[in-house]
Amino acid sequence: MLILPKSDIAPSDITPREVYQERRQFLGMAGGLALAAALGGLSTLAAANTRQKFSGVIPSKFGADEKPTPYKDVAGYNNFYEFGTSKSDPADFSDTLRPRPWTVSIEGEVKKPKRIAIEDLYKLAPLEERLYRMRCVEGWSMVIPWVGFPLADLIKWAEPTSNAKYVEFFTLNDQQQMPGQRSNVLDWPYNEGLRMDEAMNPLTLMAVGLYGEQLPNQNGAPIRLVTPWKYGFKGIKSIVRIKFTEQMPVSSWMKANIHEYGFYSNVNPDVDHPRWSQATERRIGTGFFQKRQKTLMFNGYAEQVAQMYSGMDLRKNF
Amino acid sequence: MPPITLTPAAVSRVKAVLFCIALLPIARLFVLGFLDKLGANPIEFVIRSNGTWALTFLLITLTVTPLRKFTGANWLVQMRRMFGLYAFFYALMHMLSYVWLDQWFDWAEIGKNIAKHPFIIAGLSSFVLLIPLAATSTNAMMKRMKRNWQKLHTLVYPIAMLGVLHYFWLVKKDITQPVIYAVILTLLLGMRIVWRLRQNTVR
Ligand code: HEM
Ligand code: HEM
Repeated sequence: MLILPKSDIAPSDITPREVYQERRQFLGMAGGLALAAALGGLSTLAAANTRQKFSGVIPSKFGADEKPTPYKDVAGYNNFYEFGTSKSDPADFSDTLRPRPWTVSIEGEVKKPKRIAIEDLYKLAPLEERLYRMRCVEGWSMVIPWVGFPLADLIKWAEPTSNAKYVEFFTLNDQQQMPGQRSNVLDWPYNEGLRMDEAMNPLTLMAVGLYGEQLPNQNGAPIRLVTPWKYGFKGIKSIVRIKFTEQMPVSSWMKANIHEYGFYSNVNPDVDHPRWSQATERRIGTGFFQKRQKTLMFNGYAEQVAQMYSGMDLRKNF
Repeated sequence: MPPITLTPAAVSRVKAVLFCIALLPIARLFVLGFLDKLGANPIEFVIRSNGTWALTFLLITLTVTPLRKFTGANWLVQMRRMFGLYAFFYALMHMLSYVWLDQWFDWAEIGKNIAKHPFIIAGLSSFVLLIPLAATSTNAMMKRMKRNWQKLHTLVYPIAMLGVLHYFWLVKKDITQPVIYAVILTLLLGMRIVWRLRQNTVR
């Protein structure tokens, strides 16, 4: 329901990562090695296993009063069309992404354009852990312990001008690293946008990790957006460019189908997607016989975000 | 090429083997289920697997006649009822996994989904039309219905078209899979149209 101070989650509740890691390594022997060898990418496979743990992460100010989704599901069931359209493609094929070195460029309505390396982004603000619900437009959800910092801190550092009404984000555009971009399922590079007040909301997170570690490639390494009251596709991954604009950006999904995907894309159980009912959701990792649960307005974050939309017709502005 | 002919005993054996092979998709679900290998969203996995196999068996059923014509292997026709019934079986499992595992018999919600989501309507129509074919699939029924029974079987064309339409309407963006099924179905149905036209001109 409401966001509670997160203190009731014992570290032991969190699925042991080692167990998962062993299993994946075993599976990787058969499939992964053959595949990587075929791609001539043995070295990249090794690189993927050198993820680091963050130290000194501040425990969360925000947290869902729910159990985190097991790591294997968070890192194994993803929509990241840059690596293929099936849910397992990102985990299977994202070894080609090189999250280091990485820089993000800041442009548009700012005092002066800048570039910032990922290492410096880590130091821009203290890293916090935030346990957020994530609701996908397809009717499933997870609870994910992100590591990151408020987007507001990045925006202050970027020094936007008074013309800046929106923030637009772009994913890396590189068919070598993101083979899925060779197919034209979406208009590449993937882009997304937020209104300035949404971007400045304390809930809005620039995530650089999950489960205390640097982001796995399939989750959008090395840096991604997290807006827990919006459908998951707003959380753009592997960001290389942030642009401040006066006009409302047109996102990749809006371009794909303006009738199905709106700019706001706030979680709303009363407004159905043409394909999926949004009234209920399936919580991933809760087992075969767990029923669907009711979806909450703004994904349960109404207290933090509802005031930004007061007076707006949320059926029209979906 | 001489037609591949089989003795009745051989036909029975082939049929038995195909019967077992056709059970593999559902056996696989049970095995993966017991091993906890159905992935992060096991229910979606089960629904999709059964849906895929329902449509695949429909297309296999529709391949029998062309294959027989091209190879002269008339015994293939004796496999058709089995394939047809497997199409129905997987469609039934597919429907049940949706109604039971996904929705837990929440009829109000299911009703809303049917009313609001065109892809569910297409799937449901396809399934409903399959029922009379399956229900009349006994030898006794066949004898009783005679020519009407053949007429009834032309239902398989709209059934397959609705199945493909269902698939088109449910994918979010990547239409590769439904396109593959649509192309195969178009070829299979196209052959029938060509044959009809030829038949008419000969006459
Ligand atoms: C009562 C009727 C039916 C219902 C309620 C139904 C419902 C569904 C649902 C909920 C999905 C999954 C959508 C998703 O994962 O987003 C699905 C997928 C599918 N269904 Fe049905 N369906 C029905 C009948 C049929 C029939 C008769 C066929 C075949 C002739 C069929 C073929 C498929 C296929 C091929 C898929 C996609 C599998 C994949 O994604 O790989 N369905 N159906
Ligand atoms: C007792 C069970 C069944 C028997 C004995 C049977 C047999 C037959 C026969 C003899 C025909 C030929 C009709 C003609 O040439 O005009 C036929 C057509 C057909 N039936 Fe069945 N069938 C049975 C059940 C099913 C079921 C459950 C399906 C479900 C999909 C099915 C699908 C078809 C198809 C695809 C055709 C062929 C239409 C064509 O190729 O143009 N059958 N069936």
